[in-house]
Amino acid sequence: MEIYVILKQTFDTEEKIIIEDDNVSEDGVQYVINPYDEYAVEEAIQKREEVGGNVYVIAVGPERTSEALRTALAMGADEAVLISDERIGSDENIISKVLASYLSSQKVDLILGGYFSVDNGAGQVAIRLAQLLDIPHVGSITKLNINDDKATADRDAEGDLEQIEVILPAVFTAQQGLNELRYPSLPGIMKAKRKPLQQLTIDDLDIEESELTPKTARTALSLPPQKEAGQILKGETIEQVKVLVEKLRQDAKVL
Amino acid sequence: MSKTILVVAEHRGGALRQVTYEAIQAATLSSTENDQLHVAVIGHPLDSLTESLSSIGAEKIHLIDHPDLQQYNPEAYLAAVMQVIDASNPDGIILGHTAIGRDLAPMISAKIDAGQISDVTNIENIDDQVVFTRPIYAGKAFEKKVFQSSPWVVTIRPNNIPGADSSGGKAEIEHFEYAKPASLRTVIKDVVRNTSGKVDLSEAKIVVSGGRGVKSADGFKPLQELADVLGGAVGASRGACDADYCDYSLQIGQTGKVVTPEVYIACGISGAIQHVAGMSQSKVIVAINKDPEAPIFNIADYGIVGDLFEVVPLLTEEFQKVLG
Repeated sequence: MEIYVILKQTFDTEEKIIIEDDNVSEDGVQYVINPYDEYAVEEAIQKREEVGGNVYVIAVGPERTSEALRTALAMGADEAVLISDERIGSDENIISKVLASYLSSQKVDLILGGYFSVDNGAGQVAIRLAQLLDIPHVGSITKLNINDDKATADRDAEGDLEQIEVILPAVFTAQQGLNELRYPSLPGIMKAKRKPLQQLTIDDLDIEESELTPKTARTALSLPPQKEAGQILKGETIEQVKVLVEKLRQDAKVL
Repeated sequence: MSKTILVVAEHRGGALRQVTYEAIQAATLSSTENDQLHVAVIGHPLDSLTESLSSIGAEKIHLIDHPDLQQYNPEAYLAAVMQVIDASNPDGIILGHTAIGRDLAPMISAKIDAGQISDVTNIENIDDQVVFTRPIYAGKAFEKKVFQSSPWVVTIRPNNIPGADSSGGKAEIEHFEYAKPASLRTVIKDVVRNTSGKVDLSEAKIVVSGGRGVKSADGFKPLQELADVLGGAVGASRGACDADYCDYSLQIGQTGKVVTPEVYIACGISGAIQHVAGMSQSKVIVAINKDPEAPIFNIADYGIVGDLFEVVPLLTEEFQKVLG
């Protein structure tokens, strides 16, 4: 089974956001595999262990993204592809078309990705990709079983659980709780250094330059208003509780 | 020239969801005077909705009522919504950023080759341009975005844009015959409703949330009791979820859900930056923590330094008294 994972490199979730010259500053930032994509990598490796085949990790992004791909290779993925090109904008529409252009020329049985990325958080690319490849998808899954040419998945729909069967090939997006993540072992990291990591530009893909025009544009970027520390209540616990209840009833109409 | 904006409605238990009224308001905010507002309603049965729909302020309601559409199936719903899109040829399409909306919207966008702005929290008209505000990094920053082409697709975050009043005249209702696709590759085998009777975390007005300080799955019981008394929902930090005290579906933060309730009560949560991203826009924040140095106190409106297992039950008792 040929399993692809679409992956994004994101800021570590512990990072603060600093705006510099109308952009998010990348100075000294720690990067990680987007946490939801990490579940996708893990699931891909588990499925390969169950049914055999290969796991390919693929990303569209700047050169630094190769670190995230190496981490996925160290977890156990077999090969990596990085499509890196300054002509590719960050518009989800473009990213999905670039991925579709590459994947439509590959033999694909299963595509896994994260439910959304913790930076941009739009949650569009994987689903757009499924549509562009004209294959079904199940979003936000917490369980996946492969049965020959079909797969069944549990989808988390705002807390409700939907059990969905699709015909493969198909796209799945990983929700938290899909699996227990493994961390790269030292031998895994050593091995990853010798695994193939192919780097492509859009010249290697069958995609028109006109497809790379963004359909959306950012006009402003700002930080939310800083929340100020309020008051620490004093006195006996029961007194503090009484004061708090009174304050909450004044402040919040819902109480 | 007048344009058409299409809202894809959502309903639950025979009534329109609040987010649909918010989407209608969003459509009004994204349009100019002569624009037409259309609403697509897909599902089964839809009879109970007709009355509230006709006075929703739209020019036209497109109904597709078919037993095959009783459960959300991405392929079937896309086919149905495309029937409406082909008939009404909208310039803009608005959905809720909900379980259905966040799944269906990117399918529509790819299908009609549209740009999409997801998870919008505010819409304004600046110099004759419609500008959409959305959080990035789960709310650590906000960006304003515009479309550079049409048609366009937007999903709006529930609880942020005020809902439209349902007093706007009488809409024309058009029934569509559902043109079932020749073959569906997606089958919904079963739906387990875990949420019936419970307050949805992302729509809750009050959230009582627990962290590592809750110490065990049992430790969440007093939090649930407080939430029940207040008519709220229980949430958790990543620490509590990673430690298996509760299910990941409760996680609030940059991974997990972003919530903006009226009152957020953080119990035994230190206030790691990834958690704060998911709750700092709450209107009133209360922190209960043993450690007076916990960073959560820096963003809390009210803090109690103390043991949550002592404070939370007292709080429940006190609220019970005053709320009757």
